[in-house]
Amino acid sequence: MSPRRTDTGGRIDRLKTIRFTFDGVAYTGHGGDTLASALLANGVTLFGRSFKYHRPRGLLSAGVEEPNALVTVLKGEVREPNIPATMVEIHDGLSAVSQNRFPSLTWDIHAVNQLGGKILSAGFYYKTFMGPVIGPLKGTRFWMFCEHFIRRAAGLGSAGSAKDPARYERMNAFCDVLVVGSGPAGLMAAKAAADQGARVVLADLEPRFGGSGNWSGETIDGAPAAEWVRRTVAQLEARDNVRLLPRTTVWGYYDNNTLAALERVSDHKAQPAKGEPRHRYWAIRAGSVVLATGAFERPLVFPGNDRPGVMLAHAAQRYANEFGVLPGQRVVVFTNNDSAYRSALALKQAGAAIVAIIDVRPQPSAEMSALAGEAEAELLSGHAVVATEGGKALSGLKVQRFDMVAGALSGDARSVHADCLLMSGGWSPTIHLASQAGAKAEWNAARQAFLPPKPTQNWIGAGAFTGSFSTVEAIAEGRAAGLAAAGGTGTPAALPTVEATPGDQDPAPVFEIKGSGKSFVDFQHDVTAEDVRLAHREGFVSVEHLKRYTTLGMATDQGKSSNIPGLAIMAEALGKPIPEVGTTRFRPPFAPVSIGSLAAERFGDLKPERLTPMHDWHLANGATMYSAGLWYRPMIYGLSGETVEQAYVREAKATRESAGMVDVSTLGKIAVQGPDAAAFLDRVYTNMFSTLAVGKARYGLMLREDGFAFDDGTTWRLGEQDFLMTTTTANAGKVMQHLEYFLDVIWPELKVHVTSVTDEWAGAAIGGPKARQILAACVTGTAVDNATLPFMGIVHGEISGVPVMICRLSFSGEMAFEVYSGAGHGTHVWEALVEAGKPFGLVTYGLEALGTMRIEKGHVTGAEIDGRTTARDLHLDWMLSKKKPFIGSAMMDREGLVASERLELVGLIALDNRPLNGGAHIVEEVDEANPHGSIGHITACCYSPALGKHIALALVKGGKARHGTRAHVSDPLRNRFGPVEIVSNHFYDPEGTRMHG
Amino acid sequence: MLITCPYCGPRDVIEFTYQGDGNRERPDPASQNFEAWNAYVYDRLNPAGDHNEIWQHSGGCRAHLRVVRNTLTHEISSVAFVRGDHSSAARRKAEDKP
Repeated sequence: MSPRRTDTGGRIDRLKTIRFTFDGVAYTGHGGDTLASALLANGVTLFGRSFKYHRPRGLLSAGVEEPNALVTVLKGEVREPNIPATMVEIHDGLSAVSQNRFPSLTWDIHAVNQLGGKILSAGFYYKTFMGPVIGPLKGTRFWMFCEHFIRRAAGLGSAGSAKDPARYERMNAFCDVLVVGSGPAGLMAAKAAADQGARVVLADLEPRFGGSGNWSGETIDGAPAAEWVRRTVAQLEARDNVRLLPRTTVWGYYDNNTLAALERVSDHKAQPAKGEPRHRYWAIRAGSVVLATGAFERPLVFPGNDRPGVMLAHAAQRYANEFGVLPGQRVVVFTNNDSAYRSALALKQAGAAIVAIIDVRPQPSAEMSALAGEAEAELLSGHAVVATEGGKALSGLKVQRFDMVAGALSGDARSVHADCLLMSGGWSPTIHLASQAGAKAEWNAARQAFLPPKPTQNWIGAGAFTGSFSTVEAIAEGRAAGLAAAGGTGTPAALPTVEATPGDQDPAPVFEIKGSGKSFVDFQHDVTAEDVRLAHREGFVSVEHLKRYTTLGMATDQGKSSNIPGLAIMAEALGKPIPEVGTTRFRPPFAPVSIGSLAAERFGDLKPERLTPMHDWHLANGATMYSAGLWYRPMIYGLSGETVEQAYVREAKATRESAGMVDVSTLGKIAVQGPDAAAFLDRVYTNMFSTLAVGKARYGLMLREDGFAFDDGTTWRLGEQDFLMTTTTANAGKVMQHLEYFLDVIWPELKVHVTSVTDEWAGAAIGGPKARQILAACVTGTAVDNATLPFMGIVHGEISGVPVMICRLSFSGEMAFEVYSGAGHGTHVWEALVEAGKPFGLVTYGLEALGTMRIEKGHVTGAEIDGRTTARDLHLDWMLSKKKPFIGSAMMDREGLVASERLELVGLIALDNRPLNGGAHIVEEVDEANPHGSIGHITACCYSPALGKHIALALVKGGKARHGTRAHVSDPLRNRFGPVEIVSNHFYDPEGTRMHG
Repeated sequence: MLITCPYCGPRDVIEFTYQGDGNRERPDPASQNFEAWNAYVYDRLNPAGDHNEIWQHSGGCRAHLRVVRNTLTHEISSVAFVRGDHSSAARRKAEDKP
């Protein structure tokens, strides 16, 4: 048995030995241990180094509020930093390391910061690194220079760069009653609500339900509280209207009683079950909520209160009673209230010697004196701890007489030898969720705490959360809350009886013992009482400003242990009562939340994906797929040994020389139908569609209401009242929504129906000098000659027995056709086209070749229709009808949108024959040392096989006026500078003779 | 936040798309009154209290709804089809589901 483990007691499984490592050292623990309890049992006292001063730190608490013992858990290549050791359940193979130390935890080079403590006070960095007002490192630049070194010295754990392979998922839950917290109050509430037949969810952030019942040592219904907890939980488990969520932190309280929770599903397992997520994000919609979240014990602020071995009193009681671990053998208790006497007695019963109980109050009650006697402890009333001693573990402390009314110390300091100091500064209800729900906390002078106010949403509080710190009250309030939440009425059944040690719930209003040496308020951010007073002296009077200046309560623990002491010290400095200083409002999350859980199925193997009907064919024929939004599209069909560039150059070249085919099924397709369909399209598009003949297609451009370009595509008139609109792949959803909005909200009188038919049609675009011959070889039921199928004409026919619709239109600039068939026949038609194309040298091509040919033609896509460009910027003003108003027509002529200095679409040719990069800036004169003077940027680029040059499309100030002039690319990020010629965006076949044939 | 769609019933806000201030008046399409167009495109009421908004049930029936929502409390006091009653009567109601 390890040195500090008790022989019996606790809720751990001594028969089960678990092996784990901390900082590379192998340790063992037992089933039910946390990393904190297991290390404590192994005699480890030093858990980490503090944020700023690198002071040695041990465990302060046993729960989620832990500010000191933060560790990084390693799983393979993945590091998860800043996890409280108190919240890590050990499992075989667990590997954790300490943080913020170099080169090791016991010998840390930055511990020298402790000597500079006087100058490293609040705002030190801001004041010191403001920088000179002149010179190369003036102002902010100087701070940026210094920041690199400061960040290395001050901080928490470092995040890894490996991809997290874990799965995360999101669940929705609906219940009548959500109970948050499973202490005696929460258990009673869940049981009472369940008994009424309500659907209940009970969530607790700990792995074990029961809260204080697991360690209070009280007797409930004649049995040890832990036994009562076990029985009650078993009753709840047996009911099918109760869902129990252990390891689940309810972290956010939103409108309409929607709560967010994080369940740590498999962090505690050496090997998660197949398919089991690491974390599960719960969105819980509750009819009503019972908040039974308990209270946090507060530390006292006194010199040396951060030394390893100084711990919250209840935490030590918890380690002894729940984990069978003694935090020390010679224990001193320092308190301003009665609850710590119970902790002292618990440690005594577990086998520790209680050397002394130091109480700031001059006259503890007779009951407490009796408890001190029972613990065989010397009772030093009207005393206070003024110093602690020891390095990486506590060795002793100094005590002086203390007058709590005057806050004054007197007499000689007396040394007490101890290896553990328990402190208790009273209790603060965990009101975070209520505060998030909009409730403003109310100061209660007797409890010296902020208590939850009247509910603003449908929640009910119970137990310590409401400031009722006794188990008797918790049980009564819990049942009442559960009943009320379930809409039930009281049952006459008797409440469980509680035998508890007595005690007054009100602490003395003492938060700080002023002495020499650092007294910590916020342990995690190294904020001392003196820092708070310094902030006050420097003029920070608002609690919000105090918080930001000192960073009090802004660490990962969000000040769970430091808020109230910090506020009390601020109030004293201001000479105001605490409620007038006010408290800050709590915001979600209550505790850190993994980002993976928020993303959940939107990433990883459960992410939805859209596949075209020909997807499998592409894969089977060597396509490298490219994800475009949710769609997957072929990027290239590479031959073995080919680079991406070689592949797309080959594909584009073959298309222009013979024929090529590309899958265009992803284009958005909307059926626009009804008597007013043509009139509607006239309003939606900048050009006319009512004049379009049946059996013809037209290229259309849409603007937004504000006059900027929105989307483009072709629309086919299939019948008098029947149009098939195509949109860009990326904007399909947005265009649909745009049309629906105008039909529903603006022009409800129009008789038009719009239906998304994107997934109903498979599309293949086949283009090139031989494209018509290929069609002629496989299409039946219609001719495809120039007379039957002119440019922008539509015919219906069959390919290999399947009905198809063919429109002659071109994106590649070649003689080209789009062949549409029912989605289910997509692959069949595609394969028939491939077969028919074989004698003609048909290739299939991907997005790269598609992009290359469209750049050569100077066509625009989303890269140019980027929400900031107008039709004129893109030289599409010929499409702006003057005969009719359309969406955006009134706003497109605004001063700013017709200015001459706007960015306009141009073409670029690299004069140094090197590749260009998308996003690179265009400048008139290159200045590599100090890049400036952008006149525009590149939107798309490629190597053009048709021109044999590296070309690009760009948006450049002045546009057409610069045709034929020189400029330069300036791309400092990729170190690419060089001359370019600005030309027309129509690089290739500007007259369109190839596509008109 | 829950919005009670007159057709689909109470649904989470995640199913809806906010489509803007419902107080905007679109000028006559042929109007060249630039001030009016500017107001329509850019000016928004930003009341602290009840606000008339348009939401689309984009993850449901796709109808546009006129929602009166309190911007301070997120309390929703009324929801109706933007197209008006003649159209909402024509639609099947949630409780009419087969």
